[in-house]
Amino acid sequence: MVTTPTPATNSVPALQVSSLEKIYDGGQRALNGINLTVQHGDFFALLGPNGAGKSTLIGIISTLVRKTAGSVQVYGQDLHQQPHSAKPLLGVVPQEFNFNNFETPLQIVTQQAGYYGVPYGEAKRRAEKLLKRLDLWEKRDDASRLLSGGMRRRLMIARALIHQPRLLILDEPTAGVDIELRRSLWDFLREINAAGTTIILTTHYLEEAEQLCRNIAIIDSGDIVTNTTMRALLSQLDIETYVLNTAGDLTKTSVANLETRQTGDDEMELDIRKGDSISEALAALQSQGIEVMNLRNKANRLEELFVRLTRRENKASQQDAAA
Amino acid sequence: MSTETLTTAAMPSQARTNWVAYKTILRREIIRILRIWTQTLLPPAITMTLYFVIFGSLIGGRIGEMDGHSYMDFIAPGIIMMSVITNAYGNVVSSFFSAKYQRHIEEILIAPVSNWVVLAGYISGGLFRGLAVGAIVTVVALFFSDIHIAHPFITITTVLLTALLFSIGGLINAIFARSFDDVSIVPTFILTPLTYLGGVFYSVSLLPELWQNVSLANPILYMVNAFRYGFLGSSDISLGIAYSVMLAFSIGFGALALYLLNSGRGLKS
Repeated sequence: MVTTPTPATNSVPALQVSSLEKIYDGGQRALNGINLTVQHGDFFALLGPNGAGKSTLIGIISTLVRKTAGSVQVYGQDLHQQPHSAKPLLGVVPQEFNFNNFETPLQIVTQQAGYYGVPYGEAKRRAEKLLKRLDLWEKRDDASRLLSGGMRRRLMIARALIHQPRLLILDEPTAGVDIELRRSLWDFLREINAAGTTIILTTHYLEEAEQLCRNIAIIDSGDIVTNTTMRALLSQLDIETYVLNTAGDLTKTSVANLETRQTGDDEMELDIRKGDSISEALAALQSQGIEVMNLRNKANRLEELFVRLTRRENKASQQDAAA
Repeated sequence: MSTETLTTAAMPSQARTNWVAYKTILRREIIRILRIWTQTLLPPAITMTLYFVIFGSLIGGRIGEMDGHSYMDFIAPGIIMMSVITNAYGNVVSSFFSAKYQRHIEEILIAPVSNWVVLAGYISGGLFRGLAVGAIVTVVALFFSDIHIAHPFITITTVLLTALLFSIGGLINAIFARSFDDVSIVPTFILTPLTYLGGVFYSVSLLPELWQNVSLANPILYMVNAFRYGFLGSSDISLGIAYSVMLAFSIGFGALALYLLNSGRGLKS
């Protein structure tokens, strides 16, 4: 008794949010009728400062928060009108741990499969694959309260994938995990995205969004302030910052016509404006006796844009309020 | 591992999803009850043994007969029923509230499980514990009394309806509860007094007429007496009224619980 999922065509957006509005019981307005489309196969970043409305949006998509108005479609299936066909297409990794601390990883993922109608035998087979892939198989029979923070994060990812969703939403999936584990999770997410799972990611690590995502929306004060490709957004930057490892006495040297900041005994930052030549800048440094031993792009490009965009919106709203 | 196998979903029908989800919730509840058996199954056995020793053997011997039965035989069905009520109720209220408190109820809420399946799953868990404890206490009772089941159908249907009713009651309590204090208020201030005043230890015919009439407003009186009729063949209450009360409360509580789940009260913001 198995039916093939109807919304499997790639032409249907993975997620279509239309005029979505949320006003909480206390009158707090969290979403101001936002529109958002995420295409099938995308790796999409949803960013925003704390309190911007990200968690409310994900809560509504998870059906844990009730919408005030608007609609959400997952692969063409209305989440609130057709929940039984829309929900199986969706997997959610929440920001906070929300599993039973007394249950084991194997119990948690097989039970989750059961809630989606996956029989126990099949659920165990899938759980073994997922837990092995996420290095949790050895811990499968331990109480989940005994797992480390990184293991708990991976357990929530395994749980969200056990019913094989087409759209995976991850809310801060790498919060509090070490760099090595974060990189391995990135690899895993790239892997499942390449295999066809659409991914929406919220993160406070903007480098993470820049590394992983092709498209991006920034939400602030309940509105989508930017919705574009990562490349287009980054191209808005008119300054690139480079970190230089140098040899030479930086303290005695000022470099004319260059924006530089000394950040260490043998390290400085160099801002290059759009259209300016980096070769000329390096030559100018060399003429001042500063030899550049190594150079890398400072990974704060998205961060700068993020701060600029959300600050601009805050100013505008403050002006509106004042008016 | 091939990631392809993780991304090609085959969607089961809604009926199958609900059936598997129901079995999953019930299995989880049973595993929980058995895992913490020292908290779920053992205490009622010890408590009820004390009831039989103190009220039945020590005090009961001086009381003599009640409604034509030895006092031990008279109180045995009531004590069994009392354990069924408290454990069916306690299981659902603690399990569902813990799921709310730890937020793992969200595992079910985000899944395509119908609310009536959630209701049925948790109620079945309550039934399992209520009946398991009832069976344990019955075995204990056999060591102290000489009870036999006079009317098996009445005994079984009464205990099933009572466990069902109080399982649903536990779920409603858990939905409204915001803290662990809220979980214990109803059992302490409502359930226990109604159970003690529900004719477990005495026949209401012993009461003055006024208090007999007041007792008729206590729904537990009907359950205890119908259950006692199943064992002893005698009761203070008409069976027809007892079944009507149990069915009416079960349907009313069931409808309320389903309404609360559908509305998302206490579960969704």
